[in-house]
Amino acid sequence: MLEFILRRLFQGVLVVFGVTATVFVVTRLVGDPVALMLPLSATEAQRAAFAQQIGLDQPIATQFLRFVGDIATLDFGNSLWQRRPAIEVVFERLPNTLLLIAAGLGAAVMLSIPLGAVSALRPGGLVDRLTMSVGLLGLAMPQFWLGLVAIMIFAVTLRWLPTSGMGTAAHLVLPALTLALTPLARFTMMVRASMIDELNKPYVKTARAKGLGLTRILRVHTLRNILVPFLSISGWELIATLSGYTVVVETVFAWPGLGLTAVQAIQRGDLFLMQAIVFVIAFLIVLIGIALDILSKAVDPRMELN
Amino acid sequence: MTMPLLEIHNLHVCFDTRAGTVQALRGVSLTVAPGETLGIVGESGSGKSVTAQAVMGLIDVPGRISDGEILWEGKPLAGFDVANAARDIWGREITMIFQNPMTSLNPLMTVGAQIAEVIEVHMGSSRRAARRRAAELLSAVGISGAERRLDQYPHEFSGGMRQRVMIAMGIACEPKLLIADEPTTALDVTIQAQILELLAELQEKMGLAIVLITHDLGIVAGLCHRVAVMYAGQIVETGPVDAIFENPSHPYTQGLIRSTPGLDADEERLTAIDGAPPGLLQPPSGCAFLPRCPIGDEGCQGPQVLRAVGAGTVACRKAGEQAWREAV
Amino acid sequence: MAASASAASPTPVGTRVPRGRISELWHDKTAAIGLALILLIVFLALFAPLIAPYDPAAQSIMARLKPPVWMERGTWEHLLGTDNLGRDVLSRIIWGARATLTIGAVTCLLAATLGTVIGLWAGFMGGRTDSILMRLVDIQVSFPGILLILLVVAVLGPGVWTLVAVLSVTNWMVYARLVRGIVSSTRQTPYVEAAEVIGCRPARVIFRHILPNIVSPLMTLAILEFTNIVLAEAAVSFLGFGVQPPATSWGLDVASGRDYLFIAWWLVTFPGLAIVVTVLSINLFANWLRVTTDPEEREKRFARAEAARRRRGRRRAEA
Repeated sequence: MLEFILRRLFQGVLVVFGVTATVFVVTRLVGDPVALMLPLSATEAQRAAFAQQIGLDQPIATQFLRFVGDIATLDFGNSLWQRRPAIEVVFERLPNTLLLIAAGLGAAVMLSIPLGAVSALRPGGLVDRLTMSVGLLGLAMPQFWLGLVAIMIFAVTLRWLPTSGMGTAAHLVLPALTLALTPLARFTMMVRASMIDELNKPYVKTARAKGLGLTRILRVHTLRNILVPFLSISGWELIATLSGYTVVVETVFAWPGLGLTAVQAIQRGDLFLMQAIVFVIAFLIVLIGIALDILSKAVDPRMELN
Repeated sequence: MTMPLLEIHNLHVCFDTRAGTVQALRGVSLTVAPGETLGIVGESGSGKSVTAQAVMGLIDVPGRISDGEILWEGKPLAGFDVANAARDIWGREITMIFQNPMTSLNPLMTVGAQIAEVIEVHMGSSRRAARRRAAELLSAVGISGAERRLDQYPHEFSGGMRQRVMIAMGIACEPKLLIADEPTTALDVTIQAQILELLAELQEKMGLAIVLITHDLGIVAGLCHRVAVMYAGQIVETGPVDAIFENPSHPYTQGLIRSTPGLDADEERLTAIDGAPPGLLQPPSGCAFLPRCPIGDEGCQGPQVLRAVGAGTVACRKAGEQAWREAV
Repeated sequence: MAASASAASPTPVGTRVPRGRISELWHDKTAAIGLALILLIVFLALFAPLIAPYDPAAQSIMARLKPPVWMERGTWEHLLGTDNLGRDVLSRIIWGARATLTIGAVTCLLAATLGTVIGLWAGFMGGRTDSILMRLVDIQVSFPGILLILLVVAVLGPGVWTLVAVLSVTNWMVYARLVRGIVSSTRQTPYVEAAEVIGCRPARVIFRHILPNIVSPLMTLAILEFTNIVLAEAAVSFLGFGVQPPATSWGLDVASGRDYLFIAWWLVTFPGLAIVVTVLSINLFANWLRVTTDPEEREKRFARAEAARRRRGRRRAEA
């Protein structure tokens, strides 16, 4: 087990390195950071000075080494926009995003398991058809649109909830629910399909022949057996959420998290801040991947340590 | 005569498919007496497994029991109109073991937990007591090092051992009837013999009644007291095992025994019964075996009823006549 | 010593004639509606210049912020209302279909081609090339999606073709994995091994043996990915980094409408609805297709409907 963890950590380091390299390539070699970060009115002299300041005049290898070194010390430079260390901005906003994700994904996970299980018990029945419809709808709705419509209905027309921003628990409701719908749809479909598969397996027949009641079969046998694939899917959704959904949902609701910050950074051409955000998120994603693998191995006695 | 443990009266089971309704069981009636071993023999599709599943309440959509009833010790167990309130009986008084022990055991649960489960649920035991009993059971079915084995997973056992585990689960609550659905089909021949021996031993020790479902006549000869032969969803003959083998009455039974190669036979080719069983979407109203029967005629086109003949029953107007030329 | 065994479990000979595809489609109303909507959207995209009542960029000071026809102040001239510049919403939606479908189709084609080629290469080469490529796939899959797009866009500047390129590059992995898997397993089948042994050139092996096995799953995957691309493009355009004005895109329109959320709900609602309808109808139809082309799934669907019918009958009887 220990060997497995170490190997995965090493792989993780490789991936993070890969991400770092990609970020470097994309920002330094492909685009023109100077043009990006300075206003159009900047003079040649100003551009040259700036280029020297961020080290663009040096050979690529040196630049890269310096880049890697900086990152190792979490020095991403100063955010042009906020005029303070980029990493500071990231750490300030990160908890807000994490809160949103916890609320949204948490709701999705908790709702999807019972919904999926009940649908699987009576496929074709009322709950099932309802669940499938909501599921299909949920997967078809762009989150930004769902968020805006939710604002129109619940905040503007009904005035039950605030329209945007962060502050009270009420502020969390709409963003979290909006964030939750797509994962909820995916999870529910997955739980349902897995449960149906599982309930049709021979060992369930044996369990029924043993005279076990439905609740027990669900709780002790089938739900536990779909845990590993569910974990896997959850991991993917978590990653997708971190790298995509939060950007959109935070923008719609003006929720001060990393996603919104990323958009604002781009709009202002704040490359350093962008780099910091991408790096931290990529790092988190790698961490999630590793945690998932380890967890899966711990739960399933049959999984090979590969 | 003692009250039979299990009685099946005129059981009809059908499956609704897109192509139509398949009549899997067409009026099956059986009894099992305490302590006896009944063998149910037939080819694939004859309905023998479906019968067992009906008894255990395992008929699922798209299947359903469309007529008949099943009585356990005189009380309704499952049937057309009866609510399935029989959960204390299944797993406790009647148990079932299945053909493929690898897929019939929960791969993610220890063997000990799976055995202990039955004991906890049906006998209200504590976890520790159930675990102790599970270890005893593993030893009783011939698995050594039981304590250690309790915490292992099914994939850590060989095929024969897994079947022993299933048997252990099956006898955990000291049932009165054990249904074994092709318990040895998926096993090597040498292991087969061991498992059958185990079943015989347990029967003697516990006074267990066994229903053994198989397509293998050899197994039947060794273990059973009585035999029921099924064809196309119906029972065509029943009787004591010796009588069936020495003096089969129904042409189909005769054909089965005739086509079973003996070890000392010097035939070069296997004899088989020509043709195939009828499809059960629109089963024939008369004798289902008629198209393949050498001695059938127009009189056989009406429905055939099981009539008592000797110590058993046969569903054939020409019961007892020699159907095939080469004598059995 | 087995009895002469023959046919398997209940083999239906057939009293009911299994319905043909078309009638099955008709019977499953949702899938039929899905297909109809897909055709409608494609039609709109193809013939946008002829169908749209107005030029989507045509501004009109007189007709600003008009609500849809069924509300007061709505007019028949602008069925779904107008935006703050007086542009007709319906026309913009029709033209938006063109943008969405084009971007989606081109991206899918590029990603699928790239993915298939890489998958074929990996599957054929096997060994180190294979594991390197698949490791690349793994790494890229774990790289953040929209975030990566935003980063690239940040550096290269927003625009449709940038978007298409980035979407293709982040999308090819699923195809590669699928194709590689099929190539791997097909190559191990005896008939392909035989072909290779007698000296068939790889190209021939690919075309005669492997490609036919790839086509169907690839198409199913492409349809699924298409909807993902549509949603991704909409999100990126919404954020302002995709399709740029004056071009129209449903996502872009929702973003513009956002400023008028409080007073002109139709600006946000209808373009978004167009996205939902598009994705939903494709999913419905694709789902139906998947079930219908797989006999096992078809039988399951039948069985479930049957069970549900029976349960309802029983409940009614008990009531």
